[in-house]
Amino acid sequence: MGKRVGMEVAIASAEAAALCRFDVAAVYPITPQSHVAEHLSDIVADGRVDASFITVESEHSALSAAIGSEATGARTVTATSSQGLLFMSEILPIASAMRLPIVMLIANRAVSGPINIWNDHSDIMPMRDTGWISFFAENGQEVVDMTIHAFKVGEHRDVMLPVNVNMDGFQLTHMVEPIIMPEQEEVDRFLPPYIPYATLHPDRIVSMGTLGMPEIFAEAQKSKNVAIVNSIKVIKEVWKEWEAQFGRKYEPVQSYRTEDADIALVTMGSMGETAEIAVDELRKQGVKAGLLKIKLWRPFPFDDFKAAIKGIKVLAVTDRAVSFGGPGGPVFSEIRSALYEEAVRPAIVNYIIGLGGRDVQVEDFIAMVKKASGGKLSEPYEFYGVRG
Amino acid sequence: MNTAMKNPKNVIENFDLYAPKLVSKEEFFSPGHRACQGCGEALAIRLMCKALGKDTVITNATGCMEVISSLYPTTAWNLPWIHVAFPNSAAVGSGVEAGLKALRRKGKIADRRVKSVAIGGDGGTMDIGFQALSGAMERCHDMLYVCFDNEAYMNTGIQRSSGTPFLASTTTAPAGKKIPGNQVWKKNLPEIMVAHNVAYVATATPSYPIDFMNKVKKARQIKGPAYIHCFVACPTGWRSTSETCIQLGRLANETGIFPLYEVEDGKYRLTVEVPEKRRPVQDYLKGQGRFRHLTPDQIQVIQERIDIEWETLMIKIEHSRSKESLRARRSR
Ligand SMILES: Cc1ncc(C[n+]2csc(CCOP(=O)(O)OP(=O)(O)O)c2C)c(N)n1
Ligand code: SF4
Ligand SMILES: [Mg+2]
Repeated sequence: MGKRVGMEVAIASAEAAALCRFDVAAVYPITPQSHVAEHLSDIVADGRVDASFITVESEHSALSAAIGSEATGARTVTATSSQGLLFMSEILPIASAMRLPIVMLIANRAVSGPINIWNDHSDIMPMRDTGWISFFAENGQEVVDMTIHAFKVGEHRDVMLPVNVNMDGFQLTHMVEPIIMPEQEEVDRFLPPYIPYATLHPDRIVSMGTLGMPEIFAEAQKSKNVAIVNSIKVIKEVWKEWEAQFGRKYEPVQSYRTEDADIALVTMGSMGETAEIAVDELRKQGVKAGLLKIKLWRPFPFDDFKAAIKGIKVLAVTDRAVSFGGPGGPVFSEIRSALYEEAVRPAIVNYIIGLGGRDVQVEDFIAMVKKASGGKLSEPYEFYGVRG
Repeated sequence: MNTAMKNPKNVIENFDLYAPKLVSKEEFFSPGHRACQGCGEALAIRLMCKALGKDTVITNATGCMEVISSLYPTTAWNLPWIHVAFPNSAAVGSGVEAGLKALRRKGKIADRRVKSVAIGGDGGTMDIGFQALSGAMERCHDMLYVCFDNEAYMNTGIQRSSGTPFLASTTTAPAGKKIPGNQVWKKNLPEIMVAHNVAYVATATPSYPIDFMNKVKKARQIKGPAYIHCFVACPTGWRSTSETCIQLGRLANETGIFPLYEVEDGKYRLTVEVPEKRRPVQDYLKGQGRFRHLTPDQIQVIQERIDIEWETLMIKIEHSRSKESLRARRSR
């Protein structure tokens, strides 16, 4: 079932999109996403997928063209990173409001300034509230699998929303990893052809993107929220189905050695693997440490998260983005507010780490856990290991 | 003799005679929309849709036309229509084209040509949408782009655009005590489209409805990018009376301020004749509040510039050759 390959993750993500038989790709290159753009165009140029590749002149146009093609009923993929994602920002909430299940591969990278091409999550965080479903992959296998999940979830009639798959720039995109590439026939079985709800075609005339006055605008917002909140049910079903067919399990929050843990780290993205090693090391030293890895960022899996923290006394939440002048990193704020109503809740501390490609090693996670063991830091949130 | 008498088929007087033969009775842009009285842009859209016919998908940039036609839950559009944002109708339209093409090739939709047509105002085309337009045209999508140029951002309150004429008063380039309105000359977008090697570029106005619709039909046939720059009067923004909408378009042509021509495969051709002795620009300027502050000297400056622009165009008309004819000459 599937073949095991050693493949650069960026390329693997494009291969996964190809397995989904996309009709149109509209992509503008940016480091560290460029290999995704290039490989998608290779796939189209070689005729491996019968699709159009639009060499747009900007990311704003990439997502705009993606909306146009998705609105005709064409399965459409785009990809970006950092400045490109922010350049798209005007169009992101429109794609979700129009309920167009575009899939976007995001090679997460720091946002300027200063300009920096390396990884953190400061690109996706400001885009959090645009109504897109957001997956966070931890390794190449997850990137491939989640790309396929993204089409199936987004296109589901009960969802009809765009989905982004976040993969850490360089740390994932440029790594050659062992990946089990599903067979085409397996993906065809898993992912049915896209049957759009409404399309731009003279045989059935519709107007899309009409003007919403105050009497209707709020209802439009609410319905989008209902859709994304409810999508968690479909996401879980799709993940169950995937597990049954492919044997790989996906959960919104993945726990690692938390059963009897006193303290748990919380990560999103590729740092989960480093943090796992730190947990093993801490366990060897007699510290009852565990790890929670968030795989689904939007919709936020509140119930899963609450279930996952049972018995844990301290949470050390890591963030790879800053909320300037805010209460702490975005993941931290989210979790702290999610747990406010809980009768029994852990102490929560926040570390801001790995900004702009700053390396975070096993020893760092170990140090963070030890420092947080009392449930309090000297500051509300700490820029771990940062000078000044 | 004025143009109207000399070229009856270009003008509205003979509409009753010619219309049934030339103009489809079908309405794709329905009445009941919310445009101002005498809006040239809404009229132009109605005519454009008639010329395009049903196998069309329209992508509309934000602006007056989107706002007046699509107030949820109503729509004036009896064609498939999409609006996404202000700067991107050319990009969205290029996606529509790519999507339709891929789906048709793959047998997922009916096997017939459906034309992607993107439209926008002068702001949505010449300013904020310029990059998207340039990209879409350069990529050679099978798409027609029509710019409806009413020479300012009307939807948001008559602010200046790069289509605003020299010295016109707008709300961001007002005729002040010291500065008399817009300080620069109108950008020549059709020329920039010609420089993109767009196979068919034309200027038009609904004041010459048959000419406009013929151009739309011709552009629709082109298998590739085509561009029409449609000059439309806006009584609200120009501070002119609503019944002068058609007249102003005619005067713009007869004065040489907005000549009607087409560029096919690089060859320029005037499509509506202009009197040997062009009317003075004053005839066009005088009925419009946006030019009310102009002094005779300023009008003279405009006249001279228009004369030079006119001559430049005449030189192109006389000397330009289609790429096809140049190719034929080489092989001879
Ligand atoms: C990114 C962005 N900037 C500004 C606006 C505000 N805006 C909407 S329409 C418009 C002007 C439209 O002018 P034009 O394209 O000439 O069309 P018209 O209304 O004159 O037909 C402006 C400035 C917007 N919607 N989006
Ligand atoms: S403001 Fe001008 S362009 Fe807009 S609807 Fe009124 S007349 Fe037409
Ligand atoms: Mg305008």
